[in-house]
Amino acid sequence: MMAVALSVVALWPSTDTSATPLAKLKTKFSSKHTSSVDHTQFAVLNQDFKTPQDVTQACISCHNKRHTEVMATSHWNWSNVEYVPDKGLLSLGKSNILNNFCVGVSSNEQSCTKCHIGYGYKDKNFNFKDPRNVDCLACHDNSNTYVKGSGQAGLPDKIVNLKLVATHVGRPERANCGTCHFNGGGGNNVKHGDMEQALYDPSPDVDIHMTSAGSDMSCVDCHSATNHQMLGKVYSLSSANRDRVQCESCHTELPHNDSILNNHTLKVACQTCHIPVYAKENPTKTYWDWSTAGKLKDGKPYEVKNPDGTDSYLSIKGSFQWGKNLQPEYTWFNGTATHYLLGDKVSDPSKPIQINTLLGSYDEPDSKIIPVKVMRSNQMFDEVNKYLIQPKTFSAHPGDGGFWKDFNWQTASAEGMKSVGLNYSGKMGFVKTEMYWPINHMVSKGDKAVACSECHTRNGGRLKNLKGFYMPGRDQNDFADLAGKSLILLTLIGVLTHGLTRMIAHKKGGF
Amino acid sequence: MKRIYVYRLFERFWHWTQALLIIFLGLTGFEIHSEIRFFGFENAVHYHNSAAIAFLVLIAFAIFWHFATGEWKQYVPTLENIREQAQYYALGIFKNEPHPTEKTALSKLNPLQRIVYAGLKVVVIPTMVTSGLLYMFFRYPQRYSVAQLNIKGLENIAVVHTVGAFALVAFLMAHLYLMTTGHTVTSNLKAMITGYEEVPEDRGEKTFTAAELVGAPGGELS
Repeated sequence: MMAVALSVVALWPSTDTSATPLAKLKTKFSSKHTSSVDHTQFAVLNQDFKTPQDVTQACISCHNKRHTEVMATSHWNWSNVEYVPDKGLLSLGKSNILNNFCVGVSSNEQSCTKCHIGYGYKDKNFNFKDPRNVDCLACHDNSNTYVKGSGQAGLPDKIVNLKLVATHVGRPERANCGTCHFNGGGGNNVKHGDMEQALYDPSPDVDIHMTSAGSDMSCVDCHSATNHQMLGKVYSLSSANRDRVQCESCHTELPHNDSILNNHTLKVACQTCHIPVYAKENPTKTYWDWSTAGKLKDGKPYEVKNPDGTDSYLSIKGSFQWGKNLQPEYTWFNGTATHYLLGDKVSDPSKPIQINTLLGSYDEPDSKIIPVKVMRSNQMFDEVNKYLIQPKTFSAHPGDGGFWKDFNWQTASAEGMKSVGLNYSGKMGFVKTEMYWPINHMVSKGDKAVACSECHTRNGGRLKNLKGFYMPGRDQNDFADLAGKSLILLTLIGVLTHGLTRMIAHKKGGF
Repeated sequence: MKRIYVYRLFERFWHWTQALLIIFLGLTGFEIHSEIRFFGFENAVHYHNSAAIAFLVLIAFAIFWHFATGEWKQYVPTLENIREQAQYYALGIFKNEPHPTEKTALSKLNPLQRIVYAGLKVVVIPTMVTSGLLYMFFRYPQRYSVAQLNIKGLENIAVVHTVGAFALVAFLMAHLYLMTTGHTVTSNLKAMITGYEEVPEDRGEKTFTAAELVGAPGGELS
């Protein structure tokens, strides 16, 4: 009897919600990674390293193939061969693409390569073939004490205890990624808007995946790697539809209980509804005007701050606008992008130059609506050659042409353009540019998602600028609506006239 | 004056349910079209879809009933008397002339009604159902294998559905007005509620009582 009762209980269909797909994901990511080895016990790591290259040598002595994997990545090469629509196969990346923040790496390597996963990338002659220059620690330090020096071409700061770091290595943590990816463009959240230091310990409202009140996921839980090739790409540099991190990989394409919402996923990216605002915690730079840079007070550069602590003016960089809790702009995106390339002539400089263009339209099967941060700038332009200028901004010492020390656009432009092998005419001006940064992080809780009526509304909806398709609530066929309303009006007039006539006629006892 | 049994129980149930559903679909539908604001867009969509499912179920029963009872024949358009009927609405009604077409249980629609209702049943409602279903299941022809349909976008579907909705609103307005053109202003309404209508004395045709109708071929099923 007891056995029967027990088996009935056991076989009874479970109402436990842990069976839902979302709950399964939560369970999966709540089991945290544990290292299979204790690096403190390896003799080869317990030595007083003279140079960081010696640490790399020690790493390679066990992980004797990993450096070849690293040296095949864009983290190392700062370029990546991809098919660029209408331009062909090109090797593009941080090393040779311009942006509308600090503009570009060329001639400024010594400063920019603080975020290169290598040692000594101080100019374009860096030896990308030397495995000893691979910086394993930037990504694998788990002691949280490793920092790279400023202007040191990627070498660690002198305060770093290499033995401590080498014996405390492991799977990349948020800080390993964040130290560079949260601070791109020269400060916290400057570039992306959706990636910043708040993600170290975000509230559930800021990021539902990374909050310690939730699944506490780290960057590499989504940006997983095979042989050091990480998933995920940023379309300021990338062009091809591959190696992307997709929400759908975990959540599937039909994650909602509501089939109408599921219908949306064919054309609307998850991020579009689930990241209603970005820069939730700290401001991000939205406009950068280089044309005001170079003003000096008493011969010295100065800065002007906003009340919230952000810079509104820096002599070295110009004027800025910032935004917080920003509503993204939206665009069609098929996973491919094209780029402004160094030396591309601009036929009409009165229109904003598109530094990158996210491709896609409603009609393409792979295209979806995605949220973007559009960065707008006013930046250096060769008025005669009609192309954007790669300036030399960084200088270790005054007098070698870098704008940040000499405040002279002529030498900065000449030196920068020389480094990329392009002519500088001597006539420099400023042009408007735009750059598109897909917003993928700072996913909100489900109940904070964008409401239907924020897009499905006649005027002023989030998608008011997206063309090429019919959206209920926003769109109407003017002719059909006019015809329909006329029909109703005519019917009304007819009915009223007929009725009134009847009333009058009946009062008179009939005409 | 005499009372005749015109609308049977199922017919009245069908009529009023359909009326409520069409009005509700109109309210929610025009909210989806951003013409009015009442339930909120999200609720409007859900209510509209639920009401549409209910309407489909009702239509299925109604079609069965019409064929099972033979009542469908009432809607077959005819040219007989159509001129007289048009003249009545244009002139005779103002002179208190009698209706040119006698209303009986076996012929309850005048020739103009036959045309309009047949149009509703054969053109407007099927158009709304078809475009509505395509609207609802719009995604699936694209992604999942019914490639032949190859519907590029919602626009054509939505425009057809919207035009149909405008037509139904116009119909509803005319219908509500014409309701008052019976023997008395309220006699049509009463008939659709009680089933019985007061009509002028016999012009020599046989009329039926409710009991007779139930027993007759194609009699009441409920």
